[in-house]
Amino acid sequence: MKKFLALILALVMVLCLAACGGNTNETPAPSNEGGEETSAPVKIGVVLVGDENEGYTYAHIEGIRKAAAACGLTDENIVWNYNIPENEECYDKCIECVDQGCTLVITNSYSHQSYTQQAASENPDVEFVAMTGDTAMKSGLPNFHNAFNLTFESRYVSGIVAGMKLKEMMDAGLVTDPYIGYVGAFPYAEVVSGYTGFFLGIRSIVPEAHMDVQYTNSWFDIQEEGKAAEALMARGCCIIGQHADSTGAPKAVQTAKDNGTPVYSVGYNIDMLAAAPTAALTSSTNDWSVFYTYLFKAFLAGEPIATDWAEGYESGAVGITALGPEVAEGTAEAVAEAEAAIKAGTLHVFDTSTFTVGGETVTSAFTFDSDGDWVNDTNEGIVDGYYHESEYISAPSFGLRIDGITELN
Amino acid sequence: MEHKKVHEPLLRMAKRGEMLPPWKAWGIRVIAFLLSLIVSGLVIIAVSGLNPAAVFATMARGAVGTNKSMWVTIRDAMTLLCIAVGLAPAFKMRFWNIGAEGQILVGAIASAACMIYLNKLPTFLLLLIMALTSLIAGGIWGLFPGLFKARWNTNETLFTLMMNYLAIRLTAFFVAKWENPFGSNSVGIINPNTHAGWLPNMLSKGWNGDYAWNVVIVLAVTVAMYLYMNKSKQGFEISVIGDSVNTARYAGIRVNRAYVRTIIISGAICGLAGFVAVSGASHSISTSTAGGRGFTAIIVAWLAQFNSVVMVIFSFLLVFLQKGAQAIASSYNLSKDVSEIITGIILFFLLGSEFFVNYTVHFRGKKVAK
Repeated sequence: MKKFLALILALVMVLCLAACGGNTNETPAPSNEGGEETSAPVKIGVVLVGDENEGYTYAHIEGIRKAAAACGLTDENIVWNYNIPENEECYDKCIECVDQGCTLVITNSYSHQSYTQQAASENPDVEFVAMTGDTAMKSGLPNFHNAFNLTFESRYVSGIVAGMKLKEMMDAGLVTDPYIGYVGAFPYAEVVSGYTGFFLGIRSIVPEAHMDVQYTNSWFDIQEEGKAAEALMARGCCIIGQHADSTGAPKAVQTAKDNGTPVYSVGYNIDMLAAAPTAALTSSTNDWSVFYTYLFKAFLAGEPIATDWAEGYESGAVGITALGPEVAEGTAEAVAEAEAAIKAGTLHVFDTSTFTVGGETVTSAFTFDSDGDWVNDTNEGIVDGYYHESEYISAPSFGLRIDGITELN
Repeated sequence: MEHKKVHEPLLRMAKRGEMLPPWKAWGIRVIAFLLSLIVSGLVIIAVSGLNPAAVFATMARGAVGTNKSMWVTIRDAMTLLCIAVGLAPAFKMRFWNIGAEGQILVGAIASAACMIYLNKLPTFLLLLIMALTSLIAGGIWGLFPGLFKARWNTNETLFTLMMNYLAIRLTAFFVAKWENPFGSNSVGIINPNTHAGWLPNMLSKGWNGDYAWNVVIVLAVTVAMYLYMNKSKQGFEISVIGDSVNTARYAGIRVNRAYVRTIIISGAICGLAGFVAVSGASHSISTSTAGGRGFTAIIVAWLAQFNSVVMVIFSFLLVFLQKGAQAIASSYNLSKDVSEIITGIILFFLLGSEFFVNYTVHFRGKKVAK
């Protein structure tokens, strides 16, 4: 009897599910809903790796909100999906967005890309954007796009802020060894490009500076980032930069500074003054609304969307946060000068005359090697004496390990 | 107050002398479920001020509202069911297999390896090899704790738990080895163009528009397990050992052999769940391929009291709750914690209802009715 009842219940449940699914098949709900709102027929699907409690995703949410407001889109037009992990759930959500009538779907995490691409290949009528991704060009799919800000530009400028402080400390005799530490997330091009930009910014002020990089193998880990910063300070680093998303490193630096060590922090994404009121010099940041505004405008007008979109200072997509209270004198002027030169195109961050690899000036470099076979996938990277970062594909591709920087792990 | 010679407590709990008839037991469970909906409805009002009916409707829409979401719910329920079915024999004989996570992962590694290295083979052959290697990998992962338990009476809870960590590290190693694009620290979708090693589509057009094969495979395993547990001699041995090891020994059952055999079967089916997860769903592998489902499946197995057919209901219920919770969070801009609280309340009531199925409560002064 019990078994029989269990079977019946199981069947009922399965049938219920089938019935629910059947109903939706018969009535295409999304288009009906769209029909009621004559003013807003478009739907945009957004698939996010976190929610607003997580800094990286928060920056994207803000960017999308701002861009949506600028383009006259409301929450009615946007299907939000928060906390979607980097696995088949991303693909599922992309398809669900399409089912709900979205004709543009955005995913915001690098490792969402593969699933987004899969969805794009199966839905040629829907535009897909994998933020910070790097396979759109190679995929050959006309409806699949990547976008990235030229963050290395703002890292270079934040390096100038750090360099000015370093010079001041050396002039005051507080520091003899111009030793920089950097807390990086993963050992790949996005991080390498970032720390090299930061380092070259510092070296434009203090040419003898050298830097160590400690990886945490995580994008967000307050404890590990704090520990990495402590380890670097124990080795004698007096400025700690970072390419990881938490406040772990700035907090550790503030604690060390409060204990009398002359150390300063350069953050990422958000203003670190709340976490490190006196130790924070500045942070390099992204303003994603610049891209999203471009995207929504092109999408609404029915214009083609760039396969790879990458912009920086020129359009205000990157920048640095407010300078901390203890920056060196003249920092604001130096920052303004560098920003103007980058905007004017007279300053190239990866100018080959400013760095060497193995003691030699570099004359040739890959722009993109997607499969690790040491064959360049796209154009030559170094033309006219500088590395053309993010010009062929939007994702950072500068992977050279230049002299003066040591990766500790 | 009336004086009594024997002080009687206000509430007295006693184990039921005999099993409740099924309709009563299920009645209790359904009432518990309805109560949990009421309580979580109150919590929703208290926390967010939203209309609970609308919230539950959103939940249902999120889980089964579109063709795709319904299939996703079915697919994930099937994976969870497969793991729970794998755990059932081990738990039934009181062998605490906490290692499903690891067994899923090694099965997943085996499947992914076949997809990457044997992608030239014909579909059917490749899928067969993938399924077999996953079974073997999961079985081996179960074998070690089983052997050690049989030989040296080691604690299987700790042993299987530790095997999980080994499997996670092993997965991380292979993810680093197979990463694509190079340097990305993720494997991405394997064979995105050829679909080699993907469970093919059965019903509709396009690849994996549905997951009917997942359903067929897992239900076949479920039925087989039901027959094994209820109709076979080995299944009977398992239930005897679960009730009393000494009785089993006295009856001449070779307990150690049964331990090793059962945990191999348990591990192998969890390994097969890894195959279903990789070939039938993610087409990729990461350290989160198991994603805690090895532990969730324990709840499924216990709620169903190791009856593999009843597990179908609870797998669907749990996945339904999970998907619904996600939809609530996204639709109402709530933190995902709120929806997890709702899931927690419902599970609490369901697990709690088992108490009332197995025990009776007597109030002071009332005659105990027989």
